[in-house]
Amino acid sequence: MAWTHSQTPPVKGHLPVLLPLRSMPQGLPLQDRLFNVWTASILVLALAAALITPAFAQDATPGRSAFAILLEWTPTLAKGFGFNVLISILSMAIGTVLGVGLGILQVSPLRPVRQVAWVITQFFRNSPWLVLLFYCILLIPFQIEVFGTKIPFPGWVKAVIGLSLPVMAYMSEYMRGAILSIPTGQWESAESLGFSRGQTLREIILPQTIKRVLPSWMNLYAVLTMATPLVSIVGVNDVMALTRAALSAEGRVDLLIPMYLYILCWFFLYCYPISALTRWLERKYSVKL
Amino acid sequence: MSWTEDQPIVSLKDVHKSFGEVKVLRGVSMDIQKGEVICIIGPSGSGKSTLIRCINALNDIQSGSITVEGIEVSDPKLDKLALRKKVGMVFQQYNLFPHRTVLQNVMMAPIKVLGQNKAEVEQRARDLIRKVRLEGKEDAYPGELSGGQQQRVAIARSLAMSPDVMLFDEVTAALDPETVKEVLNTIKDLAADGMTCILVTHEMGFAREIADCVYFTDRGVIVESGPPATFFDQATDPRTREFLSQVL
Amino acid sequence: MDYSSILDWLWPDWFFNLAVVSDEYNRGRYLAGLWMTAKLAVVSIFFSLIIGAIGAAVQGAQSKTLRVLVGFFVAFFRNTPPLVQLYFFYFAIGTVLRITGDNGLPQPLIGNFGWAIISLSLFAGALNVEIFRAGIEAVPKSTVEAAEALGYTRLQIYTDIVLPLAVRISLPALGTNLVNLVKTTTLAYAIAVPELLYVSAQIWSEDLNVREMMNVLLISYVGLVAILVWVLHRWEKALRIPGYGR
Repeated sequence: MAWTHSQTPPVKGHLPVLLPLRSMPQGLPLQDRLFNVWTASILVLALAAALITPAFAQDATPGRSAFAILLEWTPTLAKGFGFNVLISILSMAIGTVLGVGLGILQVSPLRPVRQVAWVITQFFRNSPWLVLLFYCILLIPFQIEVFGTKIPFPGWVKAVIGLSLPVMAYMSEYMRGAILSIPTGQWESAESLGFSRGQTLREIILPQTIKRVLPSWMNLYAVLTMATPLVSIVGVNDVMALTRAALSAEGRVDLLIPMYLYILCWFFLYCYPISALTRWLERKYSVKL
Repeated sequence: MSWTEDQPIVSLKDVHKSFGEVKVLRGVSMDIQKGEVICIIGPSGSGKSTLIRCINALNDIQSGSITVEGIEVSDPKLDKLALRKKVGMVFQQYNLFPHRTVLQNVMMAPIKVLGQNKAEVEQRARDLIRKVRLEGKEDAYPGELSGGQQQRVAIARSLAMSPDVMLFDEVTAALDPETVKEVLNTIKDLAADGMTCILVTHEMGFAREIADCVYFTDRGVIVESGPPATFFDQATDPRTREFLSQVL
Repeated sequence: MDYSSILDWLWPDWFFNLAVVSDEYNRGRYLAGLWMTAKLAVVSIFFSLIIGAIGAAVQGAQSKTLRVLVGFFVAFFRNTPPLVQLYFFYFAIGTVLRITGDNGLPQPLIGNFGWAIISLSLFAGALNVEIFRAGIEAVPKSTVEAAEALGYTRLQIYTDIVLPLAVRISLPALGTNLVNLVKTTTLAYAIAVPELLYVSAQIWSEDLNVREMMNVLLISYVGLVAILVWVLHRWEKALRIPGYGR
């Protein structure tokens, strides 16, 4: 399909307009960016406090402030968030390995192999993450018997697999784009030196793709991390599920906004540095590309 | 103050320009008469391009004065449109509008900016395209043309505004050697028609052939100037001689 | 477990015996869900484009306060999970925003469909701001200068030169984002908006035909995305400038 944005073969001609968009926003100056993180949290929390306190003063049970309750739940939520991070790392690892393989198959010299790899990539890339999650949760058996040994598949493992499928597909696209973006001269000179295709890939092409894929790969990790709360919908006890449990245990309306904002901030503080680093890398490498 | 044809059409007096700490122009003065063709040469970074961009108010100046047909360019209340009707400019990178055809590129400014009648503008545009020898390319898009062809469209686009002065900023620097000639021929035709031309160029042979006066700039000042015959053969300043010995 | 049995399990003979075709009641529900998903997608795309255009315009504005505000809106919505955003709007803000209904009881001001639209539009709109801004910035300064040298005013330069080029430059990234938005409409399941995933889950829990419905569901979404991709492709083709293709 037409929108594979990392696929940017060099364009002949004189007008820079022509270069397909490598989405590369300039980013705000440093002081604005710092301003961002802190104002985002402080301003929104302040707003929430202003919204909540007067409207629900009559509901508030005396004794514990919303802030104290947040603190109380923090260790539990932290464990839940840690679980989300674990899921994201495992899915990323599986998805990356599968995706690199699929991406290489997408540039195979054999047409049928290329086509099958393309279909798989497009299928998983264009399916909603949540549907893929349901697919894995409901259709992978809870255990598989291999040579008489029973391997159990708890929900969270299935969720990891479910999340790794789209990661694989995106990774496959990035790899294909990166491999195709390497000048054909590299292939030709390797061939003239007597390298086999496999050797050329391993020794010459793949090392050069790493730099090109890295920003997209990091961005993908941030996207994946932000998708992990989806597992709460299919019954895995992640930070989102725990948050909702905590909210129903407390049963206080004035806790709703602070609690959700609190979780949003957790994710923000985890993901924002990753995307900032990604933008920095993109800008750094784009000069040389 | 009104301008008459016996006064210089473009006049620079002690022009100073800096970008932050970097002084690019350090007191440049020159007078150009109507119908004159002048070439500005010099090593890169000597301020040549900045100089002609200042004439068109694309860059502002810190001190001194630039007048075009009596209009003070450094005036903060400058009517930029009035200035740009008089001064056309052609860039090194052509800068055509890639989403418009050749004909549209030439027609756009007179219609949109000057509000002229579309049918008249089209007639003039077609004449200009013929003049730069691109008949048949009216409906092509810039991306479908060679560099030399694009540059000639850019010249036609500027001419469509009927300027009195044309500025050429290293217009052949980005071109393939074989297309340089077609652009230079276009400029030559223009000069022969009596257009006032100010060129920043590296084409010494061309400068020698068509210029009425050659200016050599280095580090923000005009080192030497004169008619090409004397300039190229009897340069007095050692900096000029060194530069000429490198490029000739 | 050998290879053929896995294949059998994933791709059984009844694969094309789609539940939604055979049963009229289920077909009605499925079509209603499909329609709801289409509505969610189209309305959110519309609002996200507006948010993107306004945001990008504001980021080119003079006021630093406005720029920073838009900057942090983008950063926040781009770096927090869309599901948590949706919950935040629906469960937290939605609980606070209540009005007294006709029967004297408090009623939500905005329903779940409304919150889904708001949440999805803001999420996709935040990225659109960045995409549009990058497109505007990618228009070469020299092209703008050429227009300036021809006497164009700022507004003319913006409408005649910058915007037409920026739209073309933005299109591939915009396409990716809008495809993502269509996929993200499934999140509305979590707040019980009866869209495609939600009605499918109802059907499979009643009829116990998970595999069939899953396949139907995946094919439906791939189909929806394909339609969007086709529309965008037509648009891109219509905007294509000869001489600039590959």
